[in-house]
Amino acid sequence: MLKGWIEDPTLLGLAQAGVAAALAFAVVLLARRRRIHVEADAAVALVRGLVQIALVGSVLAALMRGPRWTSVPLLAAMMAAAAATSMRRAGRIPGAFRASLAGVVVGSGGVIALMTLAGVIATDLGTLVPVGSMLVANAMNANGLALDRFRGEVQAHVAEIETALALGAAPEETVARFVRSSYEASLIPAIDSLRSLGIVWIPGLMAGMVLTGAPPLAAAIYQFVVLATILSSSALSCLVSTTLIRKTAFSPAEQLVLRGGAAGRG
Amino acid sequence: MDAPGTALLRAERLTRVVAGRAIVDGISVEVAAGDVLAVVGPSGSGKSSFLRLLDRLDEPTGGTVYLGGRDYRALPPRELRRRVGMVMQAPVLFPGTVAENVRFGPAQRGERLPDADVARLLALVGLPSFADRAVDHLSGGEAQRVSVARALANRPEVLLLDEPTSALDDASKRGIEALVTEVVRARGLTCVVVTHDLAQAARLARRVMVVEAGRVRRVGPLEEVLRAEGMD
Ligand SMILES: Nc1ncnc2c1ncn2[C@@H]1O[C@H](COP(=O)(O)OP(=O)(O)O)[C@@H](O)[C@H]1O
Ligand SMILES: [Mg+2]
Repeated sequence: MLKGWIEDPTLLGLAQAGVAAALAFAVVLLARRRRIHVEADAAVALVRGLVQIALVGSVLAALMRGPRWTSVPLLAAMMAAAAATSMRRAGRIPGAFRASLAGVVVGSGGVIALMTLAGVIATDLGTLVPVGSMLVANAMNANGLALDRFRGEVQAHVAEIETALALGAAPEETVARFVRSSYEASLIPAIDSLRSLGIVWIPGLMAGMVLTGAPPLAAAIYQFVVLATILSSSALSCLVSTTLIRKTAFSPAEQLVLRGGAAGRG
Repeated sequence: MDAPGTALLRAERLTRVVAGRAIVDGISVEVAAGDVLAVVGPSGSGKSSFLRLLDRLDEPTGGTVYLGGRDYRALPPRELRRRVGMVMQAPVLFPGTVAENVRFGPAQRGERLPDADVARLLALVGLPSFADRAVDHLSGGEAQRVSVARALANRPEVLLLDEPTSALDDASKRGIEALVTEVVRARGLTCVVVTHDLAQAARLARRVMVVEAGRVRRVGPLEEVLRAEGMD
């Protein structure tokens, strides 16, 4: 019914955002009756989220009219932010940012470059930036999962790793199993998305294309293309970051530095 | 520089400061080749931390260790750890069979320990015919014996033992003590054994170092230390 009253698309959008926020806040208020108090956090998050995305939207709108090369610094900035975000998952592993950055840049950057060269992703800003950002974001998530899992595995196996070191094992060997399981775990979301594509969910991109009038079959196949590309960029990212991080979990004198408190101590 | 006398292993003002606190505080001690040094002290006095420094599993923040007269920081860590074996307080066995565990050290250098050697080591630790057993169902004492055999498979010059009997009942405790004595005698091993039990130290070692809050309180021949600690 909002559509009948408001014609300007931006105003309409704001009105829709207002309704969505009001509903979210109403649900939060409902929780007050069970003495769950998240209304302050929720209010801040709602306002903050709206302001952020509106700002980014206006910047994007301005950039979209710019030259094609604009996408390069734009995606580069996204990659740096993505690396900083996923690095936090590595806890106190030294060199986590370097590993994350290398992972995200090689993984998503490399795959974006290959796919644009191959003509799978168009080079106009309107395609390259949103599709590229999806690849970066997914590489970031996979990277975060891989580093989090690796940190968890190492901290849970301090005694085993140090036993192997004490027997003269090479540091990389002592964590090879955990690198493998981290890598596998990080790819579960991308693989499950592909596996359940169209059955469990119809992703936003396809929904958007269909809503804007693209032929449904073409939209469907393009959605597959995007998910398959996400799988390659996630996989490549994690391959690079886990390979780098497994080295930096150790000091030059081959001591496990990622021990976490006094775990494994007698 | 060369160590004075015949000390195979010599800690010199060995120190490790963590978060502003010296958990090992300037420990100097020598162990002659073929000798056993017991390290005794209350829980939390830094015994394990000292042992870890001897194997360079942690980095000294001060002082160093000489192995055969050479500063151990000049040795590649893997070579150092082959020559200085360590058995941890709570033994961790790798998933697989007992034989696979015994072969682990040599396998790291690309060597396959022959079956006969595996059998000989297992016989030495009192576990003949255990080679093909899975490690899952071993008792605490058996697991500790396997971890001793596994450390010996590297043919170390020095063996570090961190409270090797703390998790065991009395019978297995005596068994492991006998094993340590036998291994040291049969192989001419140099040994540093940590224990919180002065009586056990007396059964195993000829020299004793008593630590307290990361420092050496007393070090010397067994009888002297026992007398000074009022326990003869
Ligand atoms: N990685 C570490 N970080 C901070 N403190 C530690 C660490 N490892 C050991 N400690 C502390 O150092 C002291 C000595 O510990 P430890 O060497 O395990 O004693 P022991 O083996 O004699 O019982 C303890 O107070 C312990 O809490
Ligand atoms: Mg201890």
